[in-house]
Amino acid sequence: MSDKRDITLTVNNRSYSIRVEPRRTLVDAIREDCGQTGTHIGCEHGVCGACTVLVDGAPVRACLMFAVQAANKEIRTVEGLGSVDNLNPLQRAFMEHHALQCGFCTPGFLMLVTGVLEREPDIGDDELIDVLASNLCRCTGYQNIIKAVRAVAHDMRQARSNASA
Amino acid sequence: MKPARFEYHAPTSVDEAVQLLGSLAAEDGRILAGGQSLVPTMAFRLAKPGHLIDINAIATLGQIGSKDGALEIGACVRHAAFHRPVVAGPLGQLMSTVVRHIAHYPIRQRGTFCGSLAHADPASEWCLVAVTLGAQMIALSTRGARTIAAEDYFTGIMTTALAEDELLSQVRIPLLAPDTRFGFREFSRRAGDYAIAMALVTFRLDGGTIVEPRVGIGGAEANPRRIPEAEAALVGKPAELTTFRAAAEIAAEVVEPMEDMQADAIYRRDLVRAMTRRALEQAAQ
Amino acid sequence: MTIAQPHAGWVGRSIRRVEDPTLIAGAGRFTADLPATYRVRFVRSERAAGRISKIHVPDGATAITATDLAGVKPIRPMLHKFDYVPIGQPILARDHVRFVGEPIAAVVAPSDAEAEDIAEAIEVAMEDQAAVIDARTALAAEAPRVHAEVAGNLIVKGAVETPGFADARARADSIVRLELRSRRQNAMPLEPRGGHAAFDAGSGRVTLTCSTQMPHLTRTAITDLLGMPESDLRVVAPDVGGGFGQKMSLATEYVLLVWLARKLRSSVAWHEDRRENLIAAFHSRDQFIEIEGAFDSNGKLLALAADVIANVGAYSCFPTTCAVEPLMAMAELPGPYDVRAYRCAARGVLTNTCPMAPYRGVSRPVITFALERLMDRAALEFGLEPSEIRRRNLIETFPYVSATGLTFDEASYRQTLEMAVAALDLPAFRARQQQARARGRYLGIGFSAFSERTGYGTPAFAARGMEIIPGFETIDLSMGPSGLVEARIGASPHGQGLRTTLAQIIADEIGVPPDRIRVIHGDTDRTPYGFGTFASRSAVIAGGASLLAARKVRSKLIKIASLLLEAAPDDIVLDGGAAKVAGTDRSIAIEALARAAYHQVHRFKGEIEPGIAASATYDPAGTFANACHVAIVEVDPETGQVRIENFIAAEDAGRLINPMIVDGQIQGGIAQGIGNALLEEIVYDQTGNILTTTLADFLPPTAHEIPPIELHHLETVSDASVTRAKGVGEGGAIGAPAAVINAINDALAPFGAEINEIPATPRRIRAAIHAARKPAEQRA
Repeated sequence: MSDKRDITLTVNNRSYSIRVEPRRTLVDAIREDCGQTGTHIGCEHGVCGACTVLVDGAPVRACLMFAVQAANKEIRTVEGLGSVDNLNPLQRAFMEHHALQCGFCTPGFLMLVTGVLEREPDIGDDELIDVLASNLCRCTGYQNIIKAVRAVAHDMRQARSNASA
Repeated sequence: MKPARFEYHAPTSVDEAVQLLGSLAAEDGRILAGGQSLVPTMAFRLAKPGHLIDINAIATLGQIGSKDGALEIGACVRHAAFHRPVVAGPLGQLMSTVVRHIAHYPIRQRGTFCGSLAHADPASEWCLVAVTLGAQMIALSTRGARTIAAEDYFTGIMTTALAEDELLSQVRIPLLAPDTRFGFREFSRRAGDYAIAMALVTFRLDGGTIVEPRVGIGGAEANPRRIPEAEAALVGKPAELTTFRAAAEIAAEVVEPMEDMQADAIYRRDLVRAMTRRALEQAAQ
Repeated sequence: MTIAQPHAGWVGRSIRRVEDPTLIAGAGRFTADLPATYRVRFVRSERAAGRISKIHVPDGATAITATDLAGVKPIRPMLHKFDYVPIGQPILARDHVRFVGEPIAAVVAPSDAEAEDIAEAIEVAMEDQAAVIDARTALAAEAPRVHAEVAGNLIVKGAVETPGFADARARADSIVRLELRSRRQNAMPLEPRGGHAAFDAGSGRVTLTCSTQMPHLTRTAITDLLGMPESDLRVVAPDVGGGFGQKMSLATEYVLLVWLARKLRSSVAWHEDRRENLIAAFHSRDQFIEIEGAFDSNGKLLALAADVIANVGAYSCFPTTCAVEPLMAMAELPGPYDVRAYRCAARGVLTNTCPMAPYRGVSRPVITFALERLMDRAALEFGLEPSEIRRRNLIETFPYVSATGLTFDEASYRQTLEMAVAALDLPAFRARQQQARARGRYLGIGFSAFSERTGYGTPAFAARGMEIIPGFETIDLSMGPSGLVEARIGASPHGQGLRTTLAQIIADEIGVPPDRIRVIHGDTDRTPYGFGTFASRSAVIAGGASLLAARKVRSKLIKIASLLLEAAPDDIVLDGGAAKVAGTDRSIAIEALARAAYHQVHRFKGEIEPGIAASATYDPAGTFANACHVAIVEVDPETGQVRIENFIAAEDAGRLINPMIVDGQIQGGIAQGIGNALLEEIVYDQTGNILTTTLADFLPPTAHEIPPIELHHLETVSDASVTRAKGVGEGGAIGAPAAVINAINDALAPFGAEINEIPATPRRIRAAIHAARKPAEQRA
């Protein structure tokens, strides 16, 4: 019988002292032990991407990591992006471009894109489609997600070139 | 789809990891590196290891660099490390080309090069690279270190020459001569899916004729392998379509294809033929 | 045909969805977000057919089996026509199992992982029985019976032949025949199914929160099966992560959750995992169709005949019954074409596979695929462009009563075809195609013209002989003293943005902006009885009910305003949040009217009832939306891989209430249709073991596989819908497979190869090329 372990997860800059079995996946810990249910579970085998979160800045499948592995790392989830009343630019772009319908895949897409644009701000349009192919959406047919993300990537590049000019 | 119980160990040194593996291998102790293949099989409870030895906290295993004419890749080097060339010259280019075909961006942030080799999926791109380029695997155990050549390493579908108590601590790939050309083509249903067939080729040109050709085929048989008959058909020949077609035809004939839901033998041979020819054409460009 | 005029109000505008901020912030509330005391895990059959001899439960474990459920009735959907043989589905398998994935026992534990540990330790001893997997095999005389009471496994059969069919067929110059196969698919909503049942000791009631498209009928069904008062169960559909039909049919698992919550007097939750979803949530589209067209020398279709065999799996789904696929195929197969002579036989066949249930489009993606392949094959024989043969056959006068008695309202079959042809520049494409072929590249174009019966009410369902006739929707609309509007609907959206759409309809009637209107759905305690969201019905039916109720509220507001402003009702205009006297500057804020209606009723002097509330029900006959889809593809003949270069859809969904939402529905439907055409397939082996149990095997499209989709709209005004809107939820999925497969066949023409199977996988395309072995093969 494996014992539970006491660990601290840092989710969106807030510490959660939790007690979990080693087999507890990161996504289950985020949802059930930390109570942050914005991150969703769609397949539990790393294909659909609904559970994508940032761990130390990298977008990863939270169903393919154990919570004990994420102790003392910086975890970011959709709840850390912006609130219902104060959406961030990427979130606003999803709304403006109708990049969601049922909204179940949306948090995973938002975290995927957040991580990629932070790490690779100059990513090209074709590469962006490669990245977006990481996650599944069953409602939108992806075109509006692509439009929203391209618009945000463009705005970010514009803002940087304005700042450096 | 929750994994069965296991005990978790997080060693901070290679020695400690090897000791743990030595004592726990008999209780189905397994190494956890990127976990991108292992954890899904645990979620389906197809794998139920009694112990996981997590090597992610061992800093030295994250090292990558060239030494003595080879690229040395530590056990915790992630796929994403290869997004940009890790070494000057064709090998770095080749690996940054191949890595784009490995699953998807988030998987590549966690999954490791050595983990792919330890898992030995027939459709693994890195296994094809290792066998085509003559990699050496460094296996550590309490009994010491040993080096396994790529041609001796793969022993079947998801089985290797690694003993249960051995940690694949490093893989060494010989650097490629600066004028080495390469081509890589993969067929999968969707981008990022498992390869149904793929071909990796390298050669150099000497006055327009092919020298030192390597033709590796993956995804088609239980393990990736070089196809010496196809290589023989290239040696000393001009780098042109008729040569490539002949070599591709040979590759398609000599493989003994797996049959599964995605492809029967006839179709896999078709794909091997097409991927081989296209990889050769790409290398010639 | 009348085309809708631009509209000055909220209807017709692409306003942002009221649903979005919550979902985008991760603040949505889905079923799995609720904490529960106990988790439930199902032990499922690993055999396709067998007799259970013993279930061994480890000591100390809590596991429910069929013997515990003695008083619980089996699900027994009913149809009163077409020789339907009723069969029962026990909530947990009793004695026999009939498909891999059928629930045998339910384990209860504090966590999912522990429940799974116990489930794994439960041993089910079973005597294997012969299984039958393929529908045509199941029809053979010697085939094992899936249910003893259903001879030949033939659970339903329909047949129609119009008078004079044989004569019409005899007059034909050319008979074109095709055999087509649609492989089995899974709707695969991104959120799998799941339920949470909580017992309230104080009231004795249970609240079942579940991922459903039909909360009210789920409530009725479960209370019927458990023999409990309907008032003791509340069903809530919270945020639902896609459904596409799969969440319309009753899940046996939800029945068990309610039973368990009452037994344990606690809360229990089951979250379907992806493997369960792929093997045991409902499947669809497993059909064989033989189709025959009799054409005159001009390519005019004189007579159409078809034989449809639908594999319906091991049980019949509730409420539609498993007859829904074969019977819809029979009723709607002639599609948008003018053909008077029609003969069709349609059979539903039981097999030892996962039960079939409606999935976006139901039978229509398959029959459209069959009919549109027939049109293309005929075009080839007559040497006509595919667009031309359609031009010669599409319905052009309305109303049109079809060979099966359906009344087609005003639509634009011909116009959408011409619109699509113009958008793609057909001659330019043909030139490009020729040039590409010379370079060894194979492009193809495929058309798909179709009608989509949408927004149909009780008469349409009654015609099928269903025991439960869904169809109407009711809305309770009220304005409170603060002037905020609440619209309570029985429909139950799950991603369609219906709250936004209905608010736009209501806003135009009562003169308040949509952000002052709250649409409340998905809760049997808070909404009037209704059927849910399926069958492309909600904008038409819930929208129609909203309009009718809003008109009543409008009259009431005008009445109050007329009294307070001392003006004639005819002179009152509601606009911009105020009631105004036309031609004057006299006005009163709607909030003031609302306040008066509740708090200053004395001013009405008994002439007006207090409060502002109205209900309305809408139960229309139905309306046909239509579209013409065009796919342009490139086929790699060496690998069989298909790349979709471009996809054009000329759509007519009547008046567009929110064009942004409509476009989203169409694009999403087309993406699913592309997945159906190329990628998605549930595969069983011959013993009934399912091979596609992961998302590495069942392949929905990703952002890579979906091309840009170019949409064009016509807005035909039809009297068949009070809002003038037609349904649009399913059309994308209905038309796309045929367009894609026709395009593949066009690309393969130089090889003489033909493929009439969906999904057209690379292996099948390559096999078709091998089978044809035309000279072009050597060139490739």
